[in-house]
Parts: sequence; structure tokens; C-alpha cells
Amino acid sequence: MTGIEVTLGEVAASLVLVAVAVAISRWRRAGLEADIGIAVIRSFLQLTAIGFVITAIFDVDSLLLVVVLLATMVGFGAFTAGARAVGVPNALGPLVIALSVSAVATIGLTLALGIFPATPRYLVPVGGMVIGNAMTASAVALNRLGDEMRDQALAIEATLALGATSRQAAEPAVRRALRSGTITLVDSTKTTGLIFFPGTMVGMLLAGAEPIDAVRLQLILLYLLLGAVAISALVATTLAYRNFFTPAHQLKDLPDPGDEGGPGA
Amino acid sequence: MLFKLESVKLDRGGEPVLKVLSARLPDGISAVVGPSGSGKSTMLRLLNRLSDPESGSVHFRGTDTRELDPLQLRRQVALVPQLPALLPGTVLENLRFAAGFTGAEPDPGELLNLAGLEASFADRDVKRLSVGEQQRAMLARAMATQPEVLLLDEPTSALDERTRDSIERTVAGLRRQLGTSIVIVTHDPAQAQRLADWVVKVDRGRLVREGPTREVLA
Ligand SMILES: Nc1ncnc2c1ncn2[C@@H]1O[C@H](COP(=O)(O)OP(=O)(O)OP(=O)(O)O)[C@@H](O)[C@H]1O
Ligand SMILES: [Mg+2]
Repeated sequence: MTGIEVTLGEVAASLVLVAVAVAISRWRRAGLEADIGIAVIRSFLQLTAIGFVITAIFDVDSLLLVVVLLATMVGFGAFTAGARAVGVPNALGPLVIALSVSAVATIGLTLALGIFPATPRYLVPVGGMVIGNAMTASAVALNRLGDEMRDQALAIEATLALGATSRQAAEPAVRRALRSGTITLVDSTKTTGLIFFPGTMVGMLLAGAEPIDAVRLQLILLYLLLGAVAISALVATTLAYRNFFTPAHQLKDLPDPGDEGGPGA
Repeated sequence: MLFKLESVKLDRGGEPVLKVLSARLPDGISAVVGPSGSGKSTMLRLLNRLSDPESGSVHFRGTDTRELDPLQLRRQVALVPQLPALLPGTVLENLRFAAGFTGAEPDPGELLNLAGLEASFADRDVKRLSVGEQQRAMLARAMATQPEVLLLDEPTSALDERTRDSIERTVAGLRRQLGTSIVIVTHDPAQAQRLADWVVKVDRGRLVREGPTREVLA
């Protein structure tokens, strides 16, 4: 693959557009200046740090290190998703399992099918993408599950009251949550190439790859992500709905989320 | 004795709601009466284990309900909550879903008629029902599971007199024809007089009186 060199000076030059964003925010009093500043600094530090980590992992060329890195991503991802799933009691456990299962299943399958070789150069970026997308999907799914369970609490208890299991009673809520976790990626996959260029393709084209290669790799990644997203939303909702019920199929009396800023604080 | 509550205590939202409540409900038709907020709905939910007491016990036909499988119990003892809450879909879908829990195969038209609705309501979307119609669809749905005992929480609160009378006839008919036992929560002493042979009167989470209707509501 042809490489390109990017200097720090070029990165600094792109800050001009950040300045434009800050100016717009000030001018229209959007109050986003501080957030933009934090976003710029955090992205710089986080990406630089991960750059060093990835360089080190590529140099050592150890699969064990890859596993450690991906496991750390699963941990951070679950924690971040948990902050969005405030309406779900004890969401962290289901999220850790959901992200792990979807990462292991998708990466394992691609390795088994021989789509990518088992080297850090493939596993790190692909794993990162899979986990990132699985995180977003499970966060959206559990956020929706919390809303559904709260809004439908009376209807759910009314079904329990006739002898439904908690699974039967929660089934409509779980179905809608699963759907909302998956639909965004499905929709963006439909329009990909028409109204937006996915990141991998952009990166490969900029790095000088043949368009046909960029397209094929992008397709592989999109299809991988569809699987990863569906698996993580399925696992997260299937495990998390149980936390709303007691073992005796009773709906727990939950405190209103948002009363005290919720967990994650 | 159909149900027996012994020194039941239950908190909700950190406040004591039932405070050492003891009561008995025999087979037949019983009414639970008392002022708003006195704990009638809370008590009814204990009878088919939608919740468990913090202390004390609830017995169904002599067995502590905590020793019973809650799903089995609820398939024998169905509860219709105070606020109607059907699942999204048509009335018929709701009836089928409920009948599925017990494997009953009821006739939807007949059920709806018993609950005071025309058979044509089967295909109506529940979103487009009035509150009183939803209330009757809830009753029809509970009857679809063919329970031995029906717990009804203010089933006629949103109904006019004529529809209320038809529900009361249905309740009396369930008892007479199928031997179903019924516990009905009502704020209307006249309704208790008309329907019930036993009355439990509660106030502020405690039993005030219980006994045959003509003695308690004399
Ligand atoms: N989920 C809850 N959280 C906190 N408090 C509750 C909850 N549900 C009920 N309560 C309180 O418990 C008490 C008893 O409520 P319950 O619904 O049993 O009364 P009720 O006798 O059925 O009243 P009504 O005739 O108005 O239906 C009330 O004071 C109510 O405020
Ligand atoms: Mg009530």
C-alpha cells in the first residue's frame, strides 16, 4: 500500500476551520465554544496516544497485546454506553457482554473465513470500528428500552397480571429497542456512496489506494458492522430487559431516572 | 377460604401503604371498599403476586402465595388493573395474546359481548377506543384466559349506568354459570350491595371491617 506523510504543521493548519466553528458559536450565541475546545484537545490527546499505542503494538507484533487493547476498548465502550442507558438498571453487565460477544463473533468469523489475516495491522483498526459501532448501537437500544419500559409499564404489568412471563410481557418493548439500535446503520448503509462517503474509503483514497480496492474493503467493513451492530443490540436488550423484573416475574418499582442525575455521575 | 392476608405490611415509594393488614376473602363475590388512597389496589396486587408483602403473608386456598409458582397462580387468578393498558394492536390481537398464556380457545365475539362490547370491536385498533371501551376490552381479555378467580379493580369507573349494569350482570353470570370467584374493588357501596356477598372495608392501609355484605354495609 502506498503511504502518505502528514506533518504536525498540516494538522495545525486544519485548526483554522475549528476557529470558524468557534466564531460561529460565539456569533450565534450557541454557547459551544468550551465544548469545541474540549473536543479538539481531547481528540488530539486521545488519537495521539492511541497512535503511539498502535505503533507499539505493530512493532511488538503480539496478538496478546491486541487482545488487551480491544478488551480495554470494550470496557470504555460499555461504560460510555452505560451513561446513555440511564433508564436501565445495572446496564453495565449486559453492555460488556454485548460488546465482547459482537467483537469476538465478527472478528472471529472474518478470521475463520480468511477475509483478514490475524495480524495487529488488521485486527486493531477493524476491532476498534466494530467495538465503536457496537457501542453506539447498544447504547441506542438500551436507551430506547428504558423509555419503552417506563412508558409501557402499565401495559406490561397488565399482561403479567394474566400469567405472562416477563419475557412475553417485555417482548414488544425489546423488539422496538432492538430495532432502534440497528436501524441507523441499516439506513446509512442504504445511502452509502450516494450522500455520504464512509471513513475507510475516504482514508484509503487519500492514502493513494486504487478506488476499486477502497470500495471492496469498505463493503467488507460495512457488512461486518451490520452483523456487529445487530449482535450487540440483540445481546444487550436480551440481557438487560431481565433487570426490570424480579425472578417471580414481577415488574420492579423503579425510581424515576433523571431524578438525581442518574448513575455514571 | 379463597384468600387470607395475615399482618401484611407493604411500603411503596418509602411510605407505608399497608400497615398490618389482615383480611379474609371467601369464594363467591367479594368487594373491597374504602376511600381513595387507602390501599385497595395495592392489596389486590398482592393476591396474584404482582408484588409481595415486606412482612406478613398472603394465602391462596390455604397455601402461602410465595410457595406457589407466580405464573401458575396468575393463570388461575387473573387481575384487571384500575387503569386500562392494552398492548398496541387490535382488540382481537390482545384477546389472542392473553388466551395464549393459558392455552384457552375462547370465542372473541362472545367474550366481547360478555364484556359489554359489540363483536365488531374485535378488529378495532386499541388506540382508537374510548377509556370505557378500553376498560371493557381489558375485562374481555382477562376472561379470555378463563381464570378460576377474577380480580377486578374498579371495572366500571369509566362507564355509564347502562353499561355498568351490563358488566354487573356479566360478573354475576360468571359466578353463577362458571363458578368463577370474583374480588371487585369499588368506591361505590351500592355496587358492593348489588354484587357482593362479602365485603372488606379498608382505610389508610388497615382493615376496618369484614363480613357478609348486609352486616358490613348495614
Ligand atoms: N408506585 C407507587 N409509588 C409510591 N406510592 C404509591 C405507588 N402506588 C401507590 N402509592 C401510594 O399508596 C397508597 C395506596 O395506593 P392504592 O393505589 O392502593 O390506593 P387505592 O385505595 O386503590 O386508591 P384509589 O381508590 O384512588 O384507586 C396511596 O397513598 C398512593 O399514593
Ligand atoms: Mg386503586
